[in-house]
Amino acid sequence: MFEKHLMVCGATGCLASGSKDVTEVLEKELSDRGIRDKFRIVMAGCPGFCEVGPIIVVYPDEVFYCRLDPENIAEIVEQHFVNGEIVEKHLFKPPKSKEVKRFYDEIPFYSKQVFNVLRNSGRVNPESIDEYIMRGGYRALTRALDMKSEDIVEEVKTAGLRGRGGAGFPSGLKWKFTLQAPGTKKYIVCNADEGDPGAFMDRSILEGDPHAIIEGMLIAGLAIGSDEGYVYCRAEYPLAIQRLKMAIEQAEEYGLLGENILGSGYNYKLNIKEGAGAFVCGEETALLASIEGKRGVPRPRPPFPAQKGLWDYPTCINNVETFANVPLILRLGAEEYAKVGTENSKGTKVFALAGKVNNTGLVEVPMGITIKEIVYDVGGGIQKDRAFKAVQIGGPSGGCLPEDKLDLPVDYDSLTQAGAIMGSGGMIAMDEFTCMVDLARYFLSFTQNESCGKCTPCREGTKRMLEILERITEGEGKLEDLDTLRDLASSIKDSSLCGLGQTAPNPVLTTLRYFEHEYREHIEEKYCRSGICKELFEYAIDPESCNGCRACTKVCAVDAISGEKKEPHKIDVELCTKCGSCVDRCRQDAIKIIRVGSEADVQG
Amino acid sequence: MKTFCHCNNHYGLENSSIILFMQNIQRNCGYLPEDELKRLADNTGTPLMDIYSIATFYKSFKLEPQGEHTITVCTGTACHLRGSGEVFEEMAAVLGVGSGGGTSEDGKYTLEKVNCLGACALAPLIVIDGHYHGNVTPGKAREMIEEHYK
Ligand SMILES: Cc1cc2nc3c(=O)[nH]c(=O)nc-3n(C[C@H](O)[C@H](O)[C@H](O)COP(=O)(O)O)c2cc1C
Ligand code: FES
Repeated sequence: MFEKHLMVCGATGCLASGSKDVTEVLEKELSDRGIRDKFRIVMAGCPGFCEVGPIIVVYPDEVFYCRLDPENIAEIVEQHFVNGEIVEKHLFKPPKSKEVKRFYDEIPFYSKQVFNVLRNSGRVNPESIDEYIMRGGYRALTRALDMKSEDIVEEVKTAGLRGRGGAGFPSGLKWKFTLQAPGTKKYIVCNADEGDPGAFMDRSILEGDPHAIIEGMLIAGLAIGSDEGYVYCRAEYPLAIQRLKMAIEQAEEYGLLGENILGSGYNYKLNIKEGAGAFVCGEETALLASIEGKRGVPRPRPPFPAQKGLWDYPTCINNVETFANVPLILRLGAEEYAKVGTENSKGTKVFALAGKVNNTGLVEVPMGITIKEIVYDVGGGIQKDRAFKAVQIGGPSGGCLPEDKLDLPVDYDSLTQAGAIMGSGGMIAMDEFTCMVDLARYFLSFTQNESCGKCTPCREGTKRMLEILERITEGEGKLEDLDTLRDLASSIKDSSLCGLGQTAPNPVLTTLRYFEHEYREHIEEKYCRSGICKELFEYAIDPESCNGCRACTKVCAVDAISGEKKEPHKIDVELCTKCGSCVDRCRQDAIKIIRVGSEADVQG
Repeated sequence: MKTFCHCNNHYGLENSSIILFMQNIQRNCGYLPEDELKRLADNTGTPLMDIYSIATFYKSFKLEPQGEHTITVCTGTACHLRGSGEVFEEMAAVLGVGSGGGTSEDGKYTLEKVNCLGACALAPLIVIDGHYHGNVTPGKAREMIEEHYK
């Protein structure tokens, strides 16, 4: 019998913060004391709070240790695991608060979250099918095995499930079309391409709870009459692929995949296809081409994959998170499921919260929650108490929403109306040091780079838009450019072949809509107030605030800062490369962004 | 550096697996050597031109030999906002590759960009030979290279 269960986060985020080293030391410290066999150590999935990793959650004590370092482990083992006393200094402490928080239920980051899709992530061993089954896994499948295809489809329709991969198409309807499409063979495809930079929901689900995807796909197979499925996963996610492979083997061993599943006569084969690095392959028709071993270029729709998909057979393609919702619907029943969410957006949505908030990580919130609640209550507000500027939702196809949209409820329709999209779940908060023109340029250069080149509006149009944006960020913009951008945007939207081109102008359009003043400032005043576009600002030290601590001089790589100790310093604009290191280092906020050539006004 | 390997002798003829075969070749050789692609074309009966059109379409395929160490800087949105551009510039300077990345002349390092590693909470990120490092700064990245990989 184990005395304690130690869930160490072994997802990509915590691995990057060093959770592997932490686990090695943990193993060693326990072994050295001869108590290793009393502890069950699990490399678990992501508990979401990547910001404070590496994380160890101790059961049954209900203790959440965070920000761990291999050097902290001996102390925790000795004081807590041997002597039974919790080590307070490694618990979570909210910024500006003295009080430590012991467990999930006390940590503000988790307070507004609802764990449906992520219910197992971080709480079970993702490499063990038994644990998934113990938490109610595969129960929905057994229920579905007793149902008629039409009834499963109806259940999903009643639940109001909409696709989590971007467009929010009603999943029940898609299933119905695929069910009704004539065909001797049908396929289920899970879209795990997750190409949106700044999003990692699907990765976390696959790494933390791979069986949920398998179960969801099995149920979809029953619903549309398919006996084979593919998971198309990004090659950049090696751990997710490995976990999924393992899960498939286990499910086959348990008779939950393969021939004659649970004696029902239902057969299902599940394959994994690894992507090869192309954003456009997230688009469904391109993805299917890629599975077929071709260049991943999209084709016009209709015919939709539901009619003519993989090798021309009817194919139902859904996102990872969509499939992860399916077992829940069957287990709870559609009505119970639909209690969470709003009128037209049911259930929860998982977001990857990143950017300049205090608490970055993976969050699952009920539909209808406001952006403000996500950024401030869950996200803990903006880092270093800086001013909030915007939140970007939906990645390269989405848009930026300004402060006065903070009260907007997060549901498919409200977001679309405001010019953003729900997207797959990337949510990036931005502060006053983010330049909106540069951001639009960034996304455009991304889509331009990823355009497959098949259709002209997308290939050439995005290039023209990018050139204009580059000019503006370099201080060479003209006022007419703004109209040209709007014109180009609307023709690219109308005439591109696939969703990549049709949505590529969105980041430009929303920034123009809400932040036109920043564009104008770049063009008319040659000024970038955020200190990003290097030709359009300078740094200067405010002599009133500078206390001469010399911190900035130590980080300046080009020795551009001079001044005596305890005397106000000065920046030599000729030498300064505007790398921004000094701004991050200065505790007095004394380093200001100023207009080019106005240094005399500040530094004297 | 291995330039030749016998990784596609046992391949079947199924066309949909071309990408998989190519991924295997790359895993074994580190890139896609011309000889291997020719052999793949012969073995599968796929025109070499089609194979090259696939190889150049997907970003993860490399047609040139890679350096001993691969350093990948994430330039996804979250990393971009937290300064991955500066990290990339610094790496290009430290490793002696061009400002757009690539392989150093001595064949020791390859510097490349990636669109998102899915660990955006720890932006900016770099990966050195498969090991992820979060919250890096240009200075920290330089130190890591100088201490462990020079
Ligand atoms: C350029 C482009 C990229 C896309 N990338 C993804 C992706 O990475 N993951 C995803 O699930 N859907 C992506 N989609 C949406 C898919 O085409 C498709 O709508 C989705 O997989 C359907 O699943 P859902 O109904 O469950 O959302 C993308 C669409 C476009 C146009
Ligand atoms: S943007 Fe760099 S890891 Fe996602």
